[in-house]
Amino acid sequence: MNKENRKISLPNIIWQWEIILLFIFIMVVIINSNLSPYFLDYTNLMNTTFNFIEKAIIALPMMFVIICGDIDISVASIIALSSVFMGMASQAGVNTFGLVAIGLFAGSAAGFLNGFVITKFGIPAIAVTLGSMSLFRGIAYVILGDKAFTKYPIPFAYFGQGYIGNTMIPFELVLFLMLAIIFGIILHRTTIGRKVFAIGNNSTAARFSGIPVNRVRLIIFTVTGLCSGLASILLTSRIGSTRPNIASGWELEIITTVVLGGVAITGGKGNIFGVVISIFIIGFLKFGMGLINIPGKVMTIIIGLLLILAIMLPQLIERLKPKNSFGKVKK
Amino acid sequence: MKKQKFILAIVLIVILLSSVVSFAGAQEKIRIAMLVKNLGNAFFEACRDGGLEASKELGGIEFIFQGPTTPTAEGQIEIIDSLIAQKVNAIVISANDVDALVPVCKRAMQSGITVISFDSGIAPEGRILHLAPSSSEFIGRSQVKMLANLIDYKGEIAILSASSQATNQNTWIEWMKEELKEPAYKDMSLVAVVYGDDLSDKSYREATGLFKSYPNLRGIISPTTVGIAATGKALEDAGKSGKIELTGLGLPSEMKQYIKNGTCRQMSLWNPIDLGYSSTYIAYKLIKGEFQGKEGEVMKVGRMGEIKIGSGNEAVMGEPYIFEKDNIDKFAEIY
Repeated sequence: MNKENRKISLPNIIWQWEIILLFIFIMVVIINSNLSPYFLDYTNLMNTTFNFIEKAIIALPMMFVIICGDIDISVASIIALSSVFMGMASQAGVNTFGLVAIGLFAGSAAGFLNGFVITKFGIPAIAVTLGSMSLFRGIAYVILGDKAFTKYPIPFAYFGQGYIGNTMIPFELVLFLMLAIIFGIILHRTTIGRKVFAIGNNSTAARFSGIPVNRVRLIIFTVTGLCSGLASILLTSRIGSTRPNIASGWELEIITTVVLGGVAITGGKGNIFGVVISIFIIGFLKFGMGLINIPGKVMTIIIGLLLILAIMLPQLIERLKPKNSFGKVKK
Repeated sequence: MKKQKFILAIVLIVILLSSVVSFAGAQEKIRIAMLVKNLGNAFFEACRDGGLEASKELGGIEFIFQGPTTPTAEGQIEIIDSLIAQKVNAIVISANDVDALVPVCKRAMQSGITVISFDSGIAPEGRILHLAPSSSEFIGRSQVKMLANLIDYKGEIAILSASSQATNQNTWIEWMKEELKEPAYKDMSLVAVVYGDDLSDKSYREATGLFKSYPNLRGIISPTTVGIAATGKALEDAGKSGKIELTGLGLPSEMKQYIKNGTCRQMSLWNPIDLGYSSTYIAYKLIKGEFQGKEGEVMKVGRMGEIKIGSGNEAVMGEPYIFEKDNIDKFAEIY
């Protein structure tokens, strides 16, 4: 099938996952605004982003990880670890700038450790990050025990609670959008991005064509750690307190977002727009359900159903797709 | 094709507009939201019943009951955000973390919402007042006294609490330690404080862990309704009923069998229905401007009588009540 043909023919555009996601997003907005008068409110919509932007910031590098055919389930534990280190530093009187540096460094170091073990010893990412997930959170529990760090400098609160100037736009949101553009350009417009797709499609072939597969994977895991450190700064700043159970369960929510965004869990396929739309679908869906006071347990069920649907739909679409002469009818 | 898309777009716009219009001009009821530590906890369900009772009595109130699935601060923050967005008139909170809820509660108060805490408090900057069920000192000291009576002032004891961050439990434990310093308790020693996080399975495991780690253990105090029920079950399963005495704060309906068979001979609790009733009542009067929420003020809280606001804007509802074999049946039916 030649490229030009594929772009122009309407059925293919409609069947693209991003378009379907966009449609789901519009449906979520319409249904929510029908159910509650408070949904379509500028201030409310801006403020609700606080609740999912930290996860969204990790979803960006997680997309790279999954496209490479890997996975990282230690991200929430990295948040806890970074937060604990920032808390310790803050008790010792370190200023805001120092805390940010410590948070980013702790995250990167944890991510590098993951990447190093995975690439150096050739152990599957799921096994390594399963271990480091317990390891990092374990360290947080050992250091904090049953205590909490609650003393942070006042300027530190800006990162997770601040707005841009006098607008109602959260600083976190702007930071995320900038990162999304950067990650999008890297993935879709640079050779690095093409290498990532090549690794995900066939890492052996990628290696034979001269791509430093392990180095790319090491960098991606380190960046994932870095972004987890950044998310940790934002979350710690937002709630102004560090407990060892901070951000528990987030790794699954982040992976859910990425998979719903159309990134193939088997690797090699994904699009930044899909992931960004998916972030807002889940965020706004949860907000809308909160507005009509649906209990959290029911929300979990609905998000779970959405994910199963997201994994099944591409398969169904593949079957329903109008077949052309070179149509891919596989599996 | 184009025409179809055009029609689709028009339909979508119409639905959107209709949704905006249909809600204009609604809402006159006063909306009070009760936010608890987590859902599926019988104690808080009793608080809800009290809140509903107050709402009925005062009239014109829409009562909302919410809580996260797991008892975390993040979960509560997310719900408070949606309550702010809904522009409720008041939020009545039992907090999972004394500090972490302050920023979001400040924001709620800035947008004109009356925020008070009950049961488990928020730091003073984050609320107008806190309604404590009973004085922390009295609760802490009375728990130790009860257990000491059961074990003849001798032997090793342990505490099984809720989450390590729970404001109220931590204060009570401090007072228990104070009470234990008295000379009467010289033969008793506190060997461990463990945390069951108000989850039945974790509390059960922690209790079993205590039996194993401390073979000479004589008594356990569990100042949380989930913890004491789980410990009761663990004691029975391990065949330790009567060998290790159990006391603490428990719900009569959940503890009835253990009190009847002697696993837990005495426990105490205030009435959660009264607590939910009082906090909802106070929130309503604060919205109406009939209470000011100032230190030293004496509030007339319906059937509960007078409640005074003490230092740090904390008000104390009353003294806990002791449940034994003789009176458990009556209360087990209520809550």
